[in-house]
Amino acid sequence: MSFTNHEWWALIHGMVLGAAFLLAFAGGLADLYGLRPVLITDPGIAERMRRLKIGVTAMAVAAWLTVLTGTWIVYPWYREMTPDSPRSKLLADPDTADWHTFGMEWKEHIAWLSPILATAVAFIVLYYGTGLIRHNRVRRTAMVLFVLAFGFAAVAGLFGAFITKIAPVQ
Amino acid sequence: MTVDDRTGADARGRDVAAEPEKPEGPISAAILASGVGALGLGVLTTLAEASTAVKDWLQWNDRVGPLSGKTILAVIVWLVAWAVLHVALRRTRYETTRALVIALILIGLGVLGTFPTFFQLFAAE
Repeated sequence: MSFTNHEWWALIHGMVLGAAFLLAFAGGLADLYGLRPVLITDPGIAERMRRLKIGVTAMAVAAWLTVLTGTWIVYPWYREMTPDSPRSKLLADPDTADWHTFGMEWKEHIAWLSPILATAVAFIVLYYGTGLIRHNRVRRTAMVLFVLAFGFAAVAGLFGAFITKIAPVQ
Repeated sequence: MTVDDRTGADARGRDVAAEPEKPEGPISAAILASGVGALGLGVLTTLAEASTAVKDWLQWNDRVGPLSGKTILAVIVWLVAWAVLHVALRRTRYETTRALVIALILIGLGVLGTFPTFFQLFAAE
């Protein structure tokens, strides 16, 4: 029962960082949604803000680490110009070629939108702080960007999982 | 403690989130810049498909291929746009709703540019 170096990095990229991203998103979204005067008390504000700042920052960091490890560590193995690389295997069979020409081609690009948007949300929360409680408009704007960041990562993650299932990096 | 959902003040009139008001300009700058970054990635992706010369130029790393140049340049575009917009809007009350609408349009165009069915229409012969 063991993994190769390539498989370890694929796991770190897709599962470890992916799980951290998902956890940070769930926590961050719940805290952003609940950041309304009617739902929090004076003593609760400091705790809620601290948790929110950690959540959105963690999501941005996880998103950056995911795209950096994906693009610079795992992707080169995927696209090696050898007959047994995942890319070559997918393209060799017309039934699986679309997983590369559509799935991988979209995943490798759209994934990069996630850390950009997550960083914008982290900035908004860190900069505006408790101002988010007073200004619903800004809070809702942050939530829209936060959900978009998650959505783009979800598209990339789903295609990554499907492609790994068909032609894993080994 | 009961808190007015509209004003954020409790029963004694205290503001539960008493912090100095900050301008929305820097927030709008961050939102707009994310849209510019997304659009940049979409444009670079489509350009790389349309021109072999651009694709070759974007291959800043042989192992990663053109994706290396596309993503590094998109991040640079995003950061430069953020810096410029931050300086321009940092003291203004530029509304985040307006910034969000513009950013969503730019992000939509960026997503279109990275969508394979779209950018492969421009594939170089």
